[in-house]
Amino acid sequence: MVDAIVIPLLKIVILLNAVLVAVSYLVLLERKVIAFVQSRLGPMRVGPHGILQPIADAVKLMTKEDITPARADRWVFTAAPIMVMVPALIVFAVIPFGPEVELFGRSVPLYITDINIGLLYIVSVASLGVYGIILGGWASNSKYPLLSSLRASAQLISYEVAVTMTLVSMILMAGTLSMVGIVESQRDASLWFIFAQPVAFAIFFIGGLAETNRAPFDMPEAEQELTGGFHTEYSGMRFALFFLAEYANMIVISSVATTLFLGGYLRPFPGVEGLAFLDLIPAWSWFVLKTFVFLYVFLWIRATLPRYRYDQLMRLGWKVLIPIAIGNVVVTGVAKVLL
Amino acid sequence: MAEAIVFYGLAALILGFAVLVISTRNTVHSALYLVVNFLLVAMLYVMLGAEFLAAIQVLVYAGGIVVLYLFVVMLVNLKRPPETHQDPRRQTRLGLALASALLAELAAIIVYSATGESAPAATAAAAAGADIAGGNVEQIGMLLYTNYLIPFEVASMLLLVAMIGAIVLAKREL
Repeated sequence: MVDAIVIPLLKIVILLNAVLVAVSYLVLLERKVIAFVQSRLGPMRVGPHGILQPIADAVKLMTKEDITPARADRWVFTAAPIMVMVPALIVFAVIPFGPEVELFGRSVPLYITDINIGLLYIVSVASLGVYGIILGGWASNSKYPLLSSLRASAQLISYEVAVTMTLVSMILMAGTLSMVGIVESQRDASLWFIFAQPVAFAIFFIGGLAETNRAPFDMPEAEQELTGGFHTEYSGMRFALFFLAEYANMIVISSVATTLFLGGYLRPFPGVEGLAFLDLIPAWSWFVLKTFVFLYVFLWIRATLPRYRYDQLMRLGWKVLIPIAIGNVVVTGVAKVLL
Repeated sequence: MAEAIVFYGLAALILGFAVLVISTRNTVHSALYLVVNFLLVAMLYVMLGAEFLAAIQVLVYAGGIVVLYLFVVMLVNLKRPPETHQDPRRQTRLGLALASALLAELAAIIVYSATGESAPAATAAAAAGADIAGGNVEQIGMLLYTNYLIPFEVASMLLLVAMIGAIVLAKREL
């Protein structure tokens, strides 16, 4: 009873809260990082060094007027932000934050569940997120959001192909679809897969930038040409859901990249005995640290690189990344058979 | 018992959303109901222990194909009401013919599975095999690349032909 219901429920509650807090503070981190890159201070007024800014933002967004455009499709307009947010959150069910640990005399795994199709579950749930974007733009019954949502979904579908192909080569490496199994196979190989699959990692990371609509691929939100993007007509908390879902997706991509390429919750150099003292640090903090490295790179790239043009984006996706990804799968397969 | 309740609940929802798909006049709403329908069918697969099939159902149908439907719906102007055919009862007659064909097929399946022992026994054996060999991903992979290799390859050829056909139609001046 306790093991089957109470502990999973507790884990879900804790994880959801942790993710949502991380998402709101990621917004602050982004503003701070970009400010430092541009020699500014960023938010400084609310709390010391602006540390309470996310709470002030949440209060502001919740008390704002919630407008539905007169000619909008009311039901779809209401459902679209939910359809963006839900897939971004339920993906966390299969992400392993740590191995099994002893807590109050019980052995508790630091993940909600480990299913034998974990990676496939992530890909399929993440592919549902595009509905919120495409329908949000359509239901607003407004020109620019519609254009933006068409752009966004074309971009998502194109880069999904390349990213999924890199996942195939990772499955070939690990021999399993279970997320915990992938981490453990890196322990067995005593090698982070980023060193075995640098090409797959590069394609996955570029594809991840494109799938989360982040700079330099933030075409759907090109303010200068689309007056904002697919969420132009949204206000208040509904706009905030789109906004938060983007950051939640960044965390998803970062934690999947950590699990697949950086050994998840394993310490650096998992095979070297001389570094065993690193195991004193709890495994989950390695996971959090590696994920934050990825998130920082996301912010860093946004502050550094200009936006791609739309045709350049499509050319990069279809004519460069997808062929390389397919070639990588073939090479990985051949190497796997020969070695 | 609980399994039966979940099954009939899911089946009722699936049928309900299927009716909504064809009865809604708004094309985008219709596509949305289709997505819900696909997700419910995926749940049915999970109930049967076919997690791989469920994930593929969500990934390919709900996450891929309906998105393309939505693209077409949004790019093509569908504001114009459908033109009525000269013969107003043509649709009724066609519908009746198709419905009776479907009924005959379903009846044939029920009669066949009630009399012929082979099919359910084979399914049960396959299910037992899946438990032994660990995970139905490996199981489906083995079957697709051994026993069902030719249908699998033919299906991929079919998709390739469709793809080339679409490119030829879209780019006439290649």
